[in-house]
Amino acid sequence: MKNIIKLIYFMFLSLILLNNNLLAVEKKKELLTSDWSFKGYFGKFDRGALQRGYQVYTEVCASCHSMKYLSYRNLAEKGGPEFSEEQAKAIAANFEVTDGPNDDGDMFTRPAKLSDKFVQPYRNVKEAMASNGGAYPPDMSVLVKARSGGADYIYSLLLGYEDPPSGTNLDDGVYYNKYMYGNNIKMPKPFMDGQVEYNDGTEATEQQMAKDVVTFLAWSAEPHLEERHKIGFRAIIYLIVITILVYFSMKKIWSRVESEV
Amino acid sequence: MSNHNYVPSSKLGKWFNDRLPLLTLSAHLKEYPTPKNLNYWWTFGGILTFCLITQIITGVVLGMHYVAHADFAFDSVEHIMRDVNYGWLIRYVHANGASMFFLAVYIHIFRALYYGSYKSPREVIWIIGMIIYLLMMMTAFMGYVLPWGQMSFWGATVITNLFSAIPFFGEGITNWLWGGYAVDKPTLTRFFSLHYLLPFLILGLVILHIWALHVPGNNNPIGIELKKPSKDTVPFHPYIVIKDLFALLLFLIVFAFFVFYSPNILGHSDNYIEANPMVTPAHIVPEWYLLPFYAILRSVPDKLLGVVAMFASIFILVVLPWLDTSKIRSAIFRPIYKQLYWILVLDVIILGYMGAMPAEGTYLLIARAATAYYFIHFLIILPILGKKEKTLPVPPNITDPVLGGSSNPQMVKKKEKYI
Repeated sequence: MKNIIKLIYFMFLSLILLNNNLLAVEKKKELLTSDWSFKGYFGKFDRGALQRGYQVYTEVCASCHSMKYLSYRNLAEKGGPEFSEEQAKAIAANFEVTDGPNDDGDMFTRPAKLSDKFVQPYRNVKEAMASNGGAYPPDMSVLVKARSGGADYIYSLLLGYEDPPSGTNLDDGVYYNKYMYGNNIKMPKPFMDGQVEYNDGTEATEQQMAKDVVTFLAWSAEPHLEERHKIGFRAIIYLIVITILVYFSMKKIWSRVESEV
Repeated sequence: MSNHNYVPSSKLGKWFNDRLPLLTLSAHLKEYPTPKNLNYWWTFGGILTFCLITQIITGVVLGMHYVAHADFAFDSVEHIMRDVNYGWLIRYVHANGASMFFLAVYIHIFRALYYGSYKSPREVIWIIGMIIYLLMMMTAFMGYVLPWGQMSFWGATVITNLFSAIPFFGEGITNWLWGGYAVDKPTLTRFFSLHYLLPFLILGLVILHIWALHVPGNNNPIGIELKKPSKDTVPFHPYIVIKDLFALLLFLIVFAFFVFYSPNILGHSDNYIEANPMVTPAHIVPEWYLLPFYAILRSVPDKLLGVVAMFASIFILVVLPWLDTSKIRSAIFRPIYKQLYWILVLDVIILGYMGAMPAEGTYLLIARAATAYYFIHFLIILPILGKKEKTLPVPPNITDPVLGGSSNPQMVKKKEKYI
C-alpha cells in the first residue's frame, strides 16, 4: 500500500511540475488576461463571443490578415460560432471566389459557397508584404498556438499600444507596442471604442472587441477544443474507475503470495 | 525455460506446435518465473512496449493523411487537425506519446542504473536497450521535422549540420543527408521514409531485448541471482501481468491529462509557424528529451569536439557494464554509489535545463561543469568506487530474511522496505 501511495504521489507530482513549470516559462512577461470561457477542464467557447469575434475579424482584421485554414462551413459547425446554415451561406455569399476553368477553359468568379476556404486579402505573401510596408500580416488560423503566451499574448498585443517613451524615435509606419518583441510593430492600433456595431447590442469597447476576436482566434486554432475537453473528462473518469477495479483484482491475486504489491 | 517439454492438450495444437512451437513460447511467457519483489520501477518495460505499439498504430493512421512534401506538409497536418475524423486526437496522442515514451524510457534506464541491471550476465540486454534508445532519438528527431514548422526546419538544420564537423568528408556527408545543399524537399521526404522505417527496427530489437532478458531472467531490487523457479519467484501470468496493467493504467491517466488538457505544452509554439528558410527563430531548442545532449554539445567550444562529446556521452553508457567494476548490483547495498547515483540524476536534470537556456554566461559555465561531472562519474568514479567501496551484507535470497529472520536485526528492518 505504501508503494502505491508513493507511486501515485510521484505521478501527480510530476504532472503538476511539468504542467506548471512549463506554463511558468511561457508566461515570463506579465501579460494581460481575460476570463477566457475556453480555459479549464470544462472550458467551452462563449457562442456570443465567437459570433462577435467573427464580426470583428471580417470588419477589422480581414483587410490584411488571412485565415486560410478556415472554410465558411466551419462557421456553422458544432463547437464553433454555430451560425445557422442559412446564416453561414449568407455570409459566404458576400465573398467572391475565382473558380474554374469552365468548359471554355476560362476562369470565372462566383459567390463563395460553404465549402470554400475563407477568401484571402492578398494573392500571395509578396503582395501582402508590399502592401504593408514590408511586414507580412501573419495568417491567423493557428496564430493563438503559434505564439508563446497564446490567447493572453494576442489579447495583450491588441491592447498594448502606447505612446513611445520619450527619446524613442519611431520610423514612419512603425508603432510602439508594450508587448511586441522589440516594442516596434508595423500594425497600427487596430481597435477604437465603437468601431463595430454588434448585432446583439453588446457595447463595442476596445477590450470587448479584443476579447471577442481572441476567442474567435482561439477557436480557429483549436476547432475541436470543446470535443477534446468532453472526451477527455470521460476518458479520465473511465481510466480512474478501471484502475481502481484492477487494483483490487491485483490485491486479490497477490494475496496468494508472501509479498506486498 | 522450464517449459521446453510443454505438450498442448488438443490434437490440432500438438500438430501445429510440432511444426512451429508458438504454443510452447506462449506457455513459457505465461510461466516465466519472475522475482516476487519487483517494485513499480520494473513496470516500465511493459509500459514502453505499450508506448511503441501506440506510436506505430497512430503513426500508420497519420501516414494515411500526411503529405511528405515541403509545400503541403504543414497544410496536411492542419487538415488532420481540422477535417480528419478524430485526427486531432490521433495526432495529439502521437505527439504527446513521443514525450511519454521518453519519460518512460528515462525511468527505465535510471532504474537499471540504480539496481545495476546492466551487470553480468545482462550486458547484452543493456546494449540492445542502448541501441533501441539511440534509434528512438533518431526516430523522434525525424518525426519532429515532419510537421514542417519553424522548429522542425531549424532543428533539422542544426542537427544535420553537426555532421559537417567531420573532417574532410563533413560537407559531402551533410549534402548527402540533405539530398541537396540545404534542408529542403528531399530532406523532408527521406525523413518521412526513415521515420516510418525505424520504429519497425525498434520493434525487432525490442523482441531481441526481451529474448535476451528471458535467458538470465529479471534482475530484482536486491540484485541477487535467484533460483528459478523457487519460492522467490512468481509466474509472469497472472502476477506480473496484473501489476503491469495496474501501473500502465496509472501511466495512461497522466498521458490522458496531456493529450486532452495540455496537448501543446511539451511542444514549441514556433512549430505552428510554417517553415521559413529566410527567418531564423530567436532560440532554436530541441524537444525536451534531447536537451541534456544538446547541453553537452554546446558546452564544448570546438564544434567537432562537441559532436564527439555528445556521441561519447551515449557510447559511455554502452560500455557501462565494464566501467562499473562493483560486483554488487543493487544500490541498496552500495551506500556511496547510492549518493552518487542521485547526484548523477541531478546532474542530468541540470544538463537538461541548461540545454533549454541560451548558451552564454553563467548558464554556459554550469553546463560545462555538469558535462564534466557526467564524464567523471562514468569514467573515473565508477571504476574506482567498485574496487574501494565498503558494501553492506547481501541477503542470500528474498524470502528467508522475512520469514525466518536474519541474524542481523537491522537487516530484517531493511528487508521490509524492499519486499
